[in-house]
Amino acid sequence: MRQLFVFIRKEFLHVFRDRKSLLMLFGLPITQIVLFGFALSNEIKDSKIVIADYSRDEVTRKITEKIEASRYFDVEENLQSAQQLEAAFKKGKIKMAVIFPENFAEDLLHSKKATVQVIADASDPNVATATTTYITQIINDYNMTSGNASMQPLQIIPEVRMLYNPELKGGPNFVPGVMALVLMLVCTMMTSVAIVKEKELGTMEVLLVSPFKPLDIIISKLTPYLIISVMNLFIILILSVTILDLEIKGNIFLLVFESILFILTSLSIGLFLSINAETQQAAMMGSMMGMMLPTLLLTGFMFPVENMPLPMQWLANLVPSRWYFIIIKKVMLKGLGFSSVWKESLILISMTIFLFTISLRKFKIRLE
Amino acid sequence: MEPVIVTEKLTKKFDDFVAANELTFEVGKGEIFGFLGANGAGKTTAMRMLCGLLKPSSGKATVTGFDIYTQTEQIKKNIGYMSQKFSLYDNLTVKENIRFYGGIYGMRRKEIAVKTDELLSMLQLQGEAKTLVSELPLGWKQKLAFSVSIVHDPSIVFLDEPTGGVDPVTRRQFWDQIYYAADKGVTVFVTTHYMDEAEYCNRVSIMVDGVIAALDSPAALKKQYHSSSMQDVFYQLARNAKRKAD
Repeated sequence: MRQLFVFIRKEFLHVFRDRKSLLMLFGLPITQIVLFGFALSNEIKDSKIVIADYSRDEVTRKITEKIEASRYFDVEENLQSAQQLEAAFKKGKIKMAVIFPENFAEDLLHSKKATVQVIADASDPNVATATTTYITQIINDYNMTSGNASMQPLQIIPEVRMLYNPELKGGPNFVPGVMALVLMLVCTMMTSVAIVKEKELGTMEVLLVSPFKPLDIIISKLTPYLIISVMNLFIILILSVTILDLEIKGNIFLLVFESILFILTSLSIGLFLSINAETQQAAMMGSMMGMMLPTLLLTGFMFPVENMPLPMQWLANLVPSRWYFIIIKKVMLKGLGFSSVWKESLILISMTIFLFTISLRKFKIRLE
Repeated sequence: MEPVIVTEKLTKKFDDFVAANELTFEVGKGEIFGFLGANGAGKTTAMRMLCGLLKPSSGKATVTGFDIYTQTEQIKKNIGYMSQKFSLYDNLTVKENIRFYGGIYGMRRKEIAVKTDELLSMLQLQGEAKTLVSELPLGWKQKLAFSVSIVHDPSIVFLDEPTGGVDPVTRRQFWDQIYYAADKGVTVFVTTHYMDEAEYCNRVSIMVDGVIAALDSPAALKKQYHSSSMQDVFYQLARNAKRKAD
């Protein structure tokens, strides 16, 4: 036990003496959160739109106010005629146009039906879909609040609710993704490099000649990164809650427990890589190519796994972060308990045990 | 002289290649035993088997009375090892390195502290206790590495080409350290390919192509081969070697 402590202390000294990796260890989660949170958001904010109002009555004025108040839209100008519309679209200045025909309020009052025309620039289909959804919501909203709905008992109004993320914020999707990515990177890359470094330096030989047990070498190598990763986890969670207004709905202890489980899985991958790599570069490349790309592509936070061809889906099933991503979304965003994530947890546990066992067996007590 | 290493027909094969072939020798307590040979002659293989880093293919051997097949744990507690590659941590200080290596051999903090002072004053490195090892000159690093390998007072220390790349003055000082350790009863098992170092050993074994071609004291060997230097003895033995250095 005393020996183990001496070793772990030494590992911490290594980590804290190496400024570059220290910067990476703690800089990475912060940059990722800031990047994804502000720069790479797929939310559509402040889309430029125009409104052409031929009616100019009480109802259109109210709807226009609502649109102007929304943070999704930025009303450029109020056009007078449809002729100006095309020109504005062609210049690419605007993403959408909302047109109220003449006698809008009157039509609504008398025939209980009025049409508002929405024209969107669909050269970017995702943006077009998102903006039209937002505008439909605003108009529906008006319908509900103005009391029109109650006057028309036979009209069927679809009521769309965006569950778990009613405002369609980007955060709830990417925060679990960033957590998966950062923990994976830190644990896998740092551990594999740390172990291979000893091989390269020749100190591993000295360690193997000492009475120190291989299992203890592995434990001492993994412990600092386990602790650092848990610190990173809290940094990410605190940043998400404070600057991204993310609400953690589920049990925080379950969240931490599942994250530690995933950290252990990532550490065992790092261990596995280090045992097969001879140089630090090989270990680095292995974890970059072998882990970072699959994590980015197959976890599901950039591209939904359900839409991938079958072979890709099978491949994705082998990526631990995919399961962690599912767990975190369920726990953090939906507030579900352990009973709904036990399957995914079991997959992570089996992966960890499998990798750890192989690594320990391959970790040569005798250098062949 | 009481033997601390005894081997009998110790053999290591890698597939078809016989790296060490039926090595039989004894090393006595407190002896400085030189293990000579060209690169690829099998000396590192032999040493690794004795340290428990390699499993022998056949033959018998005991180190400090323990069997190298079944009692490696006990052997490990009683030996020190200094590898060919420099084996201290560059980004730890001198003191931290000593503390680490003492620590993994299960020494207590107090013992380590006493030992650290003793080592540093012997090496005249008292002022450098808090210096990072990366900032020390190579010769000092090498001497420190040796001191660290015997920090836990092992009965045998294995040195695998410890003086590679070191200038002659430092090498001489390094050997003074070895003598000092041997005087205190530590058995020194050292591989080298510097023939002047062979002269410093009590007995040397010369390996050629995986077998022990000669084993005796430097004086006896020189007499037997009618040579004035170990260099010449070695040349006579090794010139017929079939294995080329890698």
